Amino acid sequence: MTATDRTPPPPVDLARRNGYFDPPPRMGFFTDTSVCIGCKACEVACKEWNHVPEDGLDLLGMSMDNTGMLGANSWRHVAFVEQRRPGTAGPEEQTLAVEARLRAAPRGGSELGTTPLPTAPGGAVADLGMPTVGRPGDGTGAETRTDFRWLMESDVCKHCTEAGCLDVCPTGALFRTEFGTVVVQQDICNGCGYCVSGCPYGVIDRRPHDGRAQKCTLCYDRLKGGLTPACAKACPTESIQFGPLDELRERADRRLAELHGQGVAEAELYGRDPDDGVGGHGSLFLLLDVPEVYGLPPAPVVPTRSAPQIWRRVGAAAAAFALAGIGAFASAAFGDHP
Amino acid sequence: MTGDRPPGPDAPSYYGRPVLKTPVWEWKIAAYLFTGGLAAGTAVVAAGADLVRAPRLRRGCWLGSFAALLASVGLLVGDLGRPERFHHMLRVAKPTSPMSVGTWILTAFGPGVGAAAVSELVPARWRSSWPARLLRGLARALGLASAATAPGVATYTAALLSQTAVPGWHEVREELPFLFAGSAAASGGGFGMLTAPPAEARPARVFAAAGAGGELLASRLMERRMGLIREVYEHGTVARRRRASEVLTAAGLAGTVLLAGRSRAGAAASGIALLTGSALQRFGVFEAGVESTRDPRYTVVPQRERLDAARRGSAVGDDVGRPAR
Amino acid sequence: MGSNMAEAHPVGFQWVMEAKKNGARVVHVDPRFTRTSALADQYVRIRAGTDIAFLGGVVHHVLSNDLDFREYVAAYTNAAFLVNEGFADTEDLDGLFSGYDPATGSYDTTTWDYEGASQRVTAPMETGMGGPPIEGAAGGIAQDPTLQHPRCVFQVLKRHFSRYTPEMVERVCGVPREQFLQVCDDWTANSGRERTAALIYSVGWTQHTVGAQNIRAGAIVQLLLGNIGRPGGGIYALRGHANIQGSTDIPTLFDLLPGYLPMPRAGQADLTAYLDRVRARNQKGYWEEADAYLVSLLKEYFGDAATADNDFGFGWLPRINGDHGTYRTTMDMIDGRVFGYLVMGQNPAVGSANGRLQRLALANLDWLVVRDLTMIETASFWKDAPEVETGEIAPERCRTEVFFLPAAAHTEKAGSFTQTQRMVQWREKGAEPVGDQRSDLWFFHQLWRRVRERVADSTDPRDEPLQRLAWDYRTEGDEPDPQDVLRRINGIDLTTGRTVDGFTDLRSDGTTACGCWQYSGVYKDEVNQAARRKPHDQQGPYDPEWGWTWPANRRLLYNRASADLDGRPWSERKELVWWDPDQGRWTGHDVPDFPLTTPPGFDPPADARGPAALRGDDPFTMQADGKGWLFAPTGVVDGPLPTHYEPHESPVRNPLYRQQSNPTRRVYPRPENPYDPSPPEGDPDVFPFVLTASRLTEHHTAGGMSRQLPHLAELQPELTVEVSPELARLRGLTHLGWAHVVTARAAVEARVYVTDRMAPLRLDGQVVHQVWMPFHWGPTGLVTGDSFNDLLGVVADANVLIQESKVATCDVRPGRRPRGAELTAFLERLRSRAGITSATGTTLLTAGRSPTNPPPREAP
Repeated sequence: MTATDRTPPPPVDLARRNGYFDPPPRMGFFTDTSVCIGCKACEVACKEWNHVPEDGLDLLGMSMDNTGMLGANSWRHVAFVEQRRPGTAGPEEQTLAVEARLRAAPRGGSELGTTPLPTAPGGAVADLGMPTVGRPGDGTGAETRTDFRWLMESDVCKHCTEAGCLDVCPTGALFRTEFGTVVVQQDICNGCGYCVSGCPYGVIDRRPHDGRAQKCTLCYDRLKGGLTPACAKACPTESIQFGPLDELRERADRRLAELHGQGVAEAELYGRDPDDGVGGHGSLFLLLDVPEVYGLPPAPVVPTRSAPQIWRRVGAAAAAFALAGIGAFASAAFGDHP
Repeated sequence: MTGDRPPGPDAPSYYGRPVLKTPVWEWKIAAYLFTGGLAAGTAVVAAGADLVRAPRLRRGCWLGSFAALLASVGLLVGDLGRPERFHHMLRVAKPTSPMSVGTWILTAFGPGVGAAAVSELVPARWRSSWPARLLRGLARALGLASAATAPGVATYTAALLSQTAVPGWHEVREELPFLFAGSAAASGGGFGMLTAPPAEARPARVFAAAGAGGELLASRLMERRMGLIREVYEHGTVARRRRASEVLTAAGLAGTVLLAGRSRAGAAASGIALLTGSALQRFGVFEAGVESTRDPRYTVVPQRERLDAARRGSAVGDDVGRPAR
Repeated sequence: MGSNMAEAHPVGFQWVMEAKKNGARVVHVDPRFTRTSALADQYVRIRAGTDIAFLGGVVHHVLSNDLDFREYVAAYTNAAFLVNEGFADTEDLDGLFSGYDPATGSYDTTTWDYEGASQRVTAPMETGMGGPPIEGAAGGIAQDPTLQHPRCVFQVLKRHFSRYTPEMVERVCGVPREQFLQVCDDWTANSGRERTAALIYSVGWTQHTVGAQNIRAGAIVQLLLGNIGRPGGGIYALRGHANIQGSTDIPTLFDLLPGYLPMPRAGQADLTAYLDRVRARNQKGYWEEADAYLVSLLKEYFGDAATADNDFGFGWLPRINGDHGTYRTTMDMIDGRVFGYLVMGQNPAVGSANGRLQRLALANLDWLVVRDLTMIETASFWKDAPEVETGEIAPERCRTEVFFLPAAAHTEKAGSFTQTQRMVQWREKGAEPVGDQRSDLWFFHQLWRRVRERVADSTDPRDEPLQRLAWDYRTEGDEPDPQDVLRRINGIDLTTGRTVDGFTDLRSDGTTACGCWQYSGVYKDEVNQAARRKPHDQQGPYDPEWGWTWPANRRLLYNRASADLDGRPWSERKELVWWDPDQGRWTGHDVPDFPLTTPPGFDPPADARGPAALRGDDPFTMQADGKGWLFAPTGVVDGPLPTHYEPHESPVRNPLYRQQSNPTRRVYPRPENPYDPSPPEGDPDVFPFVLTASRLTEHHTAGGMSRQLPHLAELQPELTVEVSPELARLRGLTHLGWAHVVTARAAVEARVYVTDRMAPLRLDGQVVHQVWMPFHWGPTGLVTGDSFNDLLGVVADANVLIQESKVATCDVRPGRRPRGAELTAFLERLRSRAGITSATGTTLLTAGRSPTNPPPREAP
């Protein structure tokens, strides 16, 4: 993906389109995973500032990751991927053990970041034999790598240009801020849960006992006060950068070119392209492997894009339904009475 | 709902962890898919019965519709994380949200059904009083209006499910409205057959038969067009429910055509088969969606295929992620 | 090396990442692939405890290929000095230097002298920071500027490391030859006039029986490559906590007074006797002025009561007569010689080596006061120690009366932190402490008040120091104002009542008072210099107005070495300070670390002493000879040069010498402290693996500050043991399953992590498996687990008495550990199988004991 080859499209003034008069520039994150040291300061800073509760004292076995996923109670999540030296034989012990536990969980492991997995007694997990998903090391670049590799990535809400969660929210609780970010108004949300399924990234979730949908607000309150979001502020290595999106895109392009120049051919930008399935992210990522390896969807499309097609089919089906009804009674009215 | 994992192609993943969140909706939403469809289907039958003067069919179906509606509202509110805030649904009308659209359709649909049902409940000795006559007239008009919105009630739920990132629902978006319309009609007609004598229930039988036929057809078509998501539909609980639904619907259809006109018992049995078939279909589809989010493969593989295809097709690959239309 | 900077010092690691972005090459040498390795350009796996062999290999590579920065080495180090004729190297004595006394397990270091100067035998820290004294160092030390004389330090060094070849490094460390040479190439290519390289280590490097020598080895490489005293160079000692530097500068150590002045010893009757011991006659450098530092300290302690007539109260200072370190004290508790214990900011029950020993000691006290943020294991050991389970401690019979006092956190009080660059930074109070929690200042102030009342009328001479102590800080409410404490540390000119400008203002005549001479200047001009926060974009590259760095706000020590012999920067790229001939003084981006007006070519008169005796090319101003020490003629008790010794517990026979382990290490033969004997004394059958430990980013040391906090506890909720896939197969361990790690002392259970970050090493046919654990767990908190430190024995480096906690031998077995009495029996069984008694492993000398002790196998 060579995003730099193209002339950038004219910037979409997202906030203006959403009715803001003279809005500030669209703000976002650029998460450069090539300098992430996996310290999880972002996770902690986020939770402290936003009063996000603990999501389970649960040893997951996903390398150093004991959070597992973004969720209602984890608005930043640092993924750790251990990639075996190419050509090493034998099963991937971590994936084997972890996957077995995930399969047995009520939500298949997608409850991570919101609630803990059920406790496996004594850590014993059912052996499912061979793994049914690929090993993390099976991503790209394995051909050229010669050694063990450990990837770390701090994941966060993508603040999509076309946000699936926002589109499907029936109460207007989810809204587009003047900074172009997507935020849940906690006094409006009634916990219908539609956004959870509307998000193609598995970011937003409903908080148990609270009942409302929760996700990264890009520290809306801090932005209002002219401050940097807590995670970016806490990040020691500038893996998480915050700023006007236009600027971040340029920075991301420069960094990508730099890494490509250093021979890191597998580096790619994720969410950079305004022509992608969600109109580009408000939070960009520089990844060192394909998105799947980090648990990210490779090319998601906002479900809203299918809405015209869906409603056309719904209309046709409704018409058929109505016709069947009319037909049934017309046949009764005009047919022979018993 | 763990289910045994169907075999299939491997994709890189994060320790096999899902990419998506499984829907937080519980069984209540699956049940609502059924009760909502039933309310819509019976409302059509009731309104038609009113027009063709089939009073027992009318009465049974308005009451059935109302009961189904009340159940629907109860299920919907009950599934909310903050049930006391259910009225926040009425803050906005949002065309991009099928749930908002559905809320307003239900809002349009509900009063007529309610009025009609209340009118049906007026004791016989008061029926000739003028308020009862006024109510009757009003109920009739409102009931007809409700029936006019019933097709929306019966089918919007397909949009509700399909306009999500859930592969099991999104991938079947073309057929799901027809499946749900058929299912609603089958259940509505089936209910009519259950409550009215065969003599009065002929339109209900026709409606039910059309619905059942449509449902079976849509279901088959859906399966034929499925990609990778077929694995979910053809395995485990989902497959068992949908197979049972098909058998019951087909049996109900046969019974409707062959028996229901002649025997009350046959009509009742056919009606029950159709109703059960409809309910099982809804639960099957609902659970297929949930299952499809538990495995990253259903999210990742189709996207990766589309991405690779786009890259092959374009030198710079700037069409990455553009939806396949 | 010896540092997991990204995990243990993530905030500091941002600068490494910035350097990397600017093109620096980052190499990480560690037993385990860590988050630091993940970000490094090259990762080198090394066997724990073999750093000296690796660095010795680098020295060998540098010297045998003439890659040293010769101009720098010849002028600024002691390379040219000649060593006494009587000196014998480890090459001559199979792993011993001359002067070893098997009876005491220590060296008589007289044969290590320079020719022409004499030093005195000194105990560690006996002479403080100033570098050990050398009689006549300002006079004539014999030298050969051509570095050819067989007895010159340069040649001695060359000989000493002559067998540390890449092949030997591979055999000892398990580092493949190509990997090792790559590191050598990177290091040497990035050193010299135009470039400098930095060496980073953390406290883990010190936690070896060769701890001090590890750092010496790093220093030798850096001196040879000209990387000391120059921008971008140096050796970074990353500390274990935010203010550990501060707590050694103004120490909580038994053998030091503030400013690295040694604690008086028993028998030092008066000030003169003390100063004669601290300084040598006729030596160079600033340590010559130690009298001014000590007298000013006494004036600060005792105020007007300190006069020239009473030796400024020198007699009131406590005396030491041996080892009073934490481990010695702990053992004395068990032996009934210590009755009370005040524990602050420490959690020995789970945080110190040999946890069982620690807890048995705590259980044998009359009283114990614990001040901490939360109820830690040291305060609750009497009810939740593992020994309660085994029946060794019975809560209802435990005699120790425990007082727990809640303490305020660092965010709840103002004060200063001194970080690893010696920078003092002031921090304000962020929040009021909750409930009964109080600051340390409050505690000591109140303690002082009460103690003072008790001793007010005492006539016991023991109480005199307390009665005379001048405790007159300005108070705010019921506690001293921390700014005033800092002001007193800075020092006051008693004639004017104003703060002094720096340590050169301090006098030995009692006209100045100063709490710590190094910190003089931190309150210059009555302003808290540590509180300065001028942003980087408003000042020069070295940010002199951000905080304050001791000494004298100097950002880089020994920075005279950044200029060449003529006082010009070695290169434009690497300029820092230089001689300005027009002004006749040193100037530059940093505060010059040199007498300001001493010109580069200065040759002092024969009778000069102290700073005035420094030659123009003597950049190491605290050293008695003004030079960087490749060879340490004195001050390091286990040898003038670092030598590879195997760890105290090791499954490997020392391939270099018949002397297996450090012959001066401190062993403590006790029933509570058994050791697994290493070859040649014992075989590694029962405990065949190498155990090492370190921190996780997510927790803080023994966990008292992190296991109680949900947002940290959830990030690492359980004790784990990391093993390689190979070891997992060997021992039948499964990822996330249970295992117990066993040593001669204890068994600790943990969840298994099977990871490629661990890998076995191949040394000359022998496969060595390494096992890693974090040490943050204990029985209290939101997340609990066995304590790693229970596995360790107490054996220490003779220089600084730091325990060897980074390496031991162990076994890993699948499943949970036995409980209660079964555990005791299980350990007893293993010990008897391995033949372990309280005496095993305590024989220090293994050199030259043939035929039972065959020489190490030659390389094939």
